[in-house]
Amino acid sequence: MAAVTPEMLTSTHVEKMNKKKPPKRYWEETENTDQSQRRPEEEQDKSEQNQNKSTVKERSLKRKNGERLEKKDPFPGEAPIPHKQLQKFQRGEKCKVPAGACKRLKEVTASSEAMSEHAQKQAARYDLLLPEDAGLLEGDEDEDTNTISQDDIADAVDITSGSKYFNLHLSQFGPYRLDYSRTGRHLLVGGKKGHVACMDWQTKDLMCEMNVMETVNDVKWLHTEAMFAVAQKRWLYIYDSKGVELHCVKKFNDVLRMQFLPYHFLLATASATGFLQYLDVSVGKEVAAICTKTGRLDVMAQNPHNAVIHLGHPNGTISLWSPNQKEPLAKMLCHRGAVRSLTVDKTGTYMVTSGLDRKIKVYDIRAFKPLHSCFQPAGASCLSLSQRGLLSAATGDIVQVYQNVLGSSPVSKPYMAHRLRGQIWGLAYCPFEDVLGIGHGEGFTSMIVPGAGEPNFDALDANPYRSHKQRQEWEVKALLEKVQPELIGLDPGQLSKVDQASFEQRHKEQVEALGFDPLAKDKFKPRRKKKGRSSAGAIEKRKRKVAHEDQRDEIRQSVQEHTEREKELKEKSKEKKLGNKSTLDRFRK
Amino acid sequence: MVKPSSLQKTLSKGAKLTSAMAVESGEEDDLSINEQAISASEDEEGSDDERKHKKLLEAISSMGGRKRKKQNERSEASVQVSEFFVNAEGTGEKINLSDLLGTVEKTSGASNKTKKQLRNLQNSKGTLALPLNKQETEKIQRGIAYEKTTKEVSCWQNIIVQNRKAEQIVFPLNQESSGPKRVEQVVAGWKAQTPLEQEIFRLLRINSQPVNDPVLTAVEEASLKAMSLEEAKIRRSELQKTRALQSYYEAKAKREKNIKSKKYRRIQKKAKHKEFLKQFEEMVKTNPEGALEELKKMELSRMQERMSLKHQNSGKWAKSKAIMAKYDDSARKAMQEQLQMNKDLTQKIVVLSDDEHESNEEGLETVPDFVNNPEPVIDPVNPWMRGQLTHEEPEVSCVTTEEPQTAEQENEEEELIGEFERKRNLRQADEEDLIPTEEQKPESEVVEDDVVEVSDKEEEEEDEEEEDVSEFNTLFRLMRSEKTLEGPNQKSQGLNTPEREGEEGLLNEGPIRVRNIEDLEVLPEDVDPQPIAAPSLPQTAVGEATSEPPNKKRREIDLKEVLTKDARVVKVPFLPKVVEEEDHDEQISIIKEAFAGDDVISDFIKDKRKQEAAGKPKVVDLTLPGWGEWGGVGLKPSRWKRKRFRIKMAPSPPRQDRKLPDTIISENRSTSIASHQVSQLPFPFQNTAQFESCIRTPIGQTWNTQGVVKKMTKPKVITNLGAIIEPMVKEDFIKNKTTTSAGKGPAIMLGENKRANKGRKWSSAKHRGRRGSQKRKKQQTSVTA
Repeated sequence: MAAVTPEMLTSTHVEKMNKKKPPKRYWEETENTDQSQRRPEEEQDKSEQNQNKSTVKERSLKRKNGERLEKKDPFPGEAPIPHKQLQKFQRGEKCKVPAGACKRLKEVTASSEAMSEHAQKQAARYDLLLPEDAGLLEGDEDEDTNTISQDDIADAVDITSGSKYFNLHLSQFGPYRLDYSRTGRHLLVGGKKGHVACMDWQTKDLMCEMNVMETVNDVKWLHTEAMFAVAQKRWLYIYDSKGVELHCVKKFNDVLRMQFLPYHFLLATASATGFLQYLDVSVGKEVAAICTKTGRLDVMAQNPHNAVIHLGHPNGTISLWSPNQKEPLAKMLCHRGAVRSLTVDKTGTYMVTSGLDRKIKVYDIRAFKPLHSCFQPAGASCLSLSQRGLLSAATGDIVQVYQNVLGSSPVSKPYMAHRLRGQIWGLAYCPFEDVLGIGHGEGFTSMIVPGAGEPNFDALDANPYRSHKQRQEWEVKALLEKVQPELIGLDPGQLSKVDQASFEQRHKEQVEALGFDPLAKDKFKPRRKKKGRSSAGAIEKRKRKVAHEDQRDEIRQSVQEHTEREKELKEKSKEKKLGNKSTLDRFRK
Repeated sequence: MVKPSSLQKTLSKGAKLTSAMAVESGEEDDLSINEQAISASEDEEGSDDERKHKKLLEAISSMGGRKRKKQNERSEASVQVSEFFVNAEGTGEKINLSDLLGTVEKTSGASNKTKKQLRNLQNSKGTLALPLNKQETEKIQRGIAYEKTTKEVSCWQNIIVQNRKAEQIVFPLNQESSGPKRVEQVVAGWKAQTPLEQEIFRLLRINSQPVNDPVLTAVEEASLKAMSLEEAKIRRSELQKTRALQSYYEAKAKREKNIKSKKYRRIQKKAKHKEFLKQFEEMVKTNPEGALEELKKMELSRMQERMSLKHQNSGKWAKSKAIMAKYDDSARKAMQEQLQMNKDLTQKIVVLSDDEHESNEEGLETVPDFVNNPEPVIDPVNPWMRGQLTHEEPEVSCVTTEEPQTAEQENEEEELIGEFERKRNLRQADEEDLIPTEEQKPESEVVEDDVVEVSDKEEEEEDEEEEDVSEFNTLFRLMRSEKTLEGPNQKSQGLNTPEREGEEGLLNEGPIRVRNIEDLEVLPEDVDPQPIAAPSLPQTAVGEATSEPPNKKRREIDLKEVLTKDARVVKVPFLPKVVEEEDHDEQISIIKEAFAGDDVISDFIKDKRKQEAAGKPKVVDLTLPGWGEWGGVGLKPSRWKRKRFRIKMAPSPPRQDRKLPDTIISENRSTSIASHQVSQLPFPFQNTAQFESCIRTPIGQTWNTQGVVKKMTKPKVITNLGAIIEPMVKEDFIKNKTTTSAGKGPAIMLGENKRANKGRKWSSAKHRGRRGSQKRKKQQTSVTA
């Protein structure tokens, strides 16, 4: 009687019952309660059905191929996601669970697989929300884009964009270094002769300006635009955005170059004495001080992908460092002369270096392999890669911007070029803007480079339009999500791997203690069969069937991979063929 | 105080009396009689007491399970007569079977059979088994209780497993549906009061009708949840149809399979073959790629046939044919055919030489690196700016580093070289097979000699290439056999190459694979329509000059190639202004400082060697000079001893940078991250790969959309704030079952439950009985034994 209990408590039913017509079902039900499960279905007329279960009805209608086909979704199910988009968000490879695995393992892997697939799909779907496209510069026919002058560009574009091309004439305090904040709103410039200024460069709103009365080697924003670090003649200083000196860090002396690792809150400094030091700016502690024993360190870059610091040395090598190791993670011989400058792209795939041998080289830094190199008559003193992979190289007083440097084919001519009045000292692209900042002997120049900045920003990570309050929020969250310096290494995914060495050690101990290997695969034991099918020969045959299963699996896999690769190549070539043909080709002679 | 003597007296008297009574009562041995006797004896002590005692005894005896019926009827006067009632003679006596049987014997109505049985029974001397001892019975009882409880408890199993597996459980478990509720359901406290109301409600309830007006009956709700009739019908019909079709198909297949006629089979085979050929020809025209795949398949089948050696004349059929061949023409023919087939199959496929590869290599060898440098640097100070290397240095360094290496390494190298030579011979043989007319050029040999020097990595690459080439050649041969018309013309190599190229285009074969740095460097050159002009003659000379004795590795050369790689010159729209004097000077000074007469490359190589040497496991020398032989200055321990006591460690795993000449990758394991890593596999995982793939998707907001994060991080247990969470009751989950099998009145359900319970009890009782009897039987046998 469980179903009836709530109804028993009701009160007003009597009157209402009278108002409505006596329902038919009362009579039906009194006959037989037991059979009633099926009967009402048969007797219910269609009008009632329509009211009650439209969904079921629809389904049945479809089956009836019928006369009464009403509304039908022309695109049933979820919208399909293009394969490329899905692949963009693929993380790792699926693991195949062996056939004889325990049930629990199967369940666990199935559920995690489903979850990661779901995540991937959702991410691919949400990719739709990044609608902005990068810009580009197109010349007229027979016109090289590198001959278009900045003034022309500034005239052609809208006023706000045009205002992004400007010059600051600061001829007094010598060549300038510069740094943009992570959101791309704020600019910090530091003149060699002690002039330091920071401003909101879009509104040209000066936040502070001062002269530190000392040589300034480098300037760098810290995690927010509220603080910046200045490497001065002897010590490292930290100022706030109003120009108040917050700290003088005397442990860091003779700093020449600085890099800030935003997710680790680490300020990495390279000094003239050959020391690479890490300062944790969230707690103000020195995390590591590494003596590189390679002399003066004035070429430095960070790999944004794995927070590894790259240092260029006068003997043409480039070394990769993490705070956890006293020796370089890797060392590459890149140039025959000293390394003058280097930069790493956003994805951590490519590294571009320039040396005294006047070459610019592109490396695949994941494989430590050179991709291609090009020769510049005057060499490049400064290099910088934009978020979308435009390379700018400074030679003397000229800045050249190259397109598709990171592709497979080497470049032959620059995408843009600009001549400045003084020797170039610092280059930096502004994040999320099509702007290249150039610090030179005569001040600072902001240059428009269409297609340089990432058009879609992640507001939770770096929001150029964030308010004061949002900044504070972000700061707290970023601090909570701070990555520990121990996790810095060549492979940022190391954390999600099992610590193989200690795992093996532990496993060995376990095997010793137990007397057997709990993870070992047990040998195949053919089942006993009747009717003479368990003769020695038959058993041997059955064993043969499963022999070398793992090897066979490997072979199968490799074959499959091979065929897949071939398929892909085929498809690509097909696409190329199709791509070359246009619909208007048939009108051609 | 009573004297002890007098007390003894009374006691002995009593005893006497009892003994007398016992004598009097004669053969009576029953307990009741005894009791009576005792009571009688006590009579004399005090009648009042005795009556009370009697009552007590009666009460006790009535409490016992089996009552001994006493006949307190006065029937006849006898010797033993109490004051109150008279017992019949032999009332308390046991009735023996014989007593009854005696009468049975006499009665004529009883059948002989029963009589016989009874007689047997009487004669049987078997004693009854003892009742089980306490421990045994308890054991049995425990067993039964265990079974019972497991049955009871096991009905929880499902729900527990389900809850454990559930991604999320919301407590309290049996929540009401969250939809809107009717007012009547929410407002409580009303009761049917008047008799009419009560009557109506009673009726409604009996018929399990809804009490509120808009509500459906339970049955209707159930039917709503179920499938519609139409749909069910459609589905059933579909199922029927498919089943029928399947059965037809199966029957047909079975019939066809069972056809034993060889002729039929032959005809079918031929038909299939014809069909296939037709299709294939069409395919060649329309879809060459598909045709190629078919061809590949054919090749595969051919290979299989070849492997299986089916067409040797060792089979049953072949043997019979061999016998028949003498007399039968057709048999002979068949045999010959088979032999031909065997020959065809066992013929080796000839591999074409890979001129392309060689030419590539030649190019590699002949193109000098630094000549490609577009502009000689005019800087007399820095040797590196001149763009030429000092060749002596690296070689010297190489030698010095080579010398300390142990003999075993040399052996390895020799092995490698031997293998390589073997491969080359193979390939040459193949070439000769295919193109006997082609002359072996001395140049190619030279090249191959050079190839021998190539380090192991290149060897591997060569292997791959060889495989590719052989595969290609087999395909090529097949294609050629297809196109027999053009066959003879294609012997010469000059014709071969364009044809092959065309084929390549056709097949879409030969993916461009970049294997190493050299390839990478070569690639753009190949693509480039106007390669940078390179004078070839001096090149070769230099190449020969630089070629080293064969035992040396070519790593140094690689490195140079890497560094002296040609680079494109970039045109710049503006020329930079002349660099300021002082700046230039500064640079020069820096350069001078940097290259104070030392060689970057050789330094790097040395560094790398050092690192490699440090990483290698060292040989432990445990020789003790002077033990077992003469020792002293200038005397070395014997060779045998050195061999015996030098312990070689296991070789370290291959370095990561073994294939990267211009890179040193540190092999030190960073221990800092180890404390954050997982070092033990959690339960269901069997290897690390499984576990790693399971945790490969991050759950943070940075990498996922909001919805996914919520779904991934949803808590396993949710409790409603303020809600009382009561322990789960059986009804909570059993209810579900009843509702799904809906429609039945609850009363009936209850009845059924009862019946089921009863049944269970009964069965368990039966079970127990059976087990008990079994035990008893066992006991019996033991006793008899």
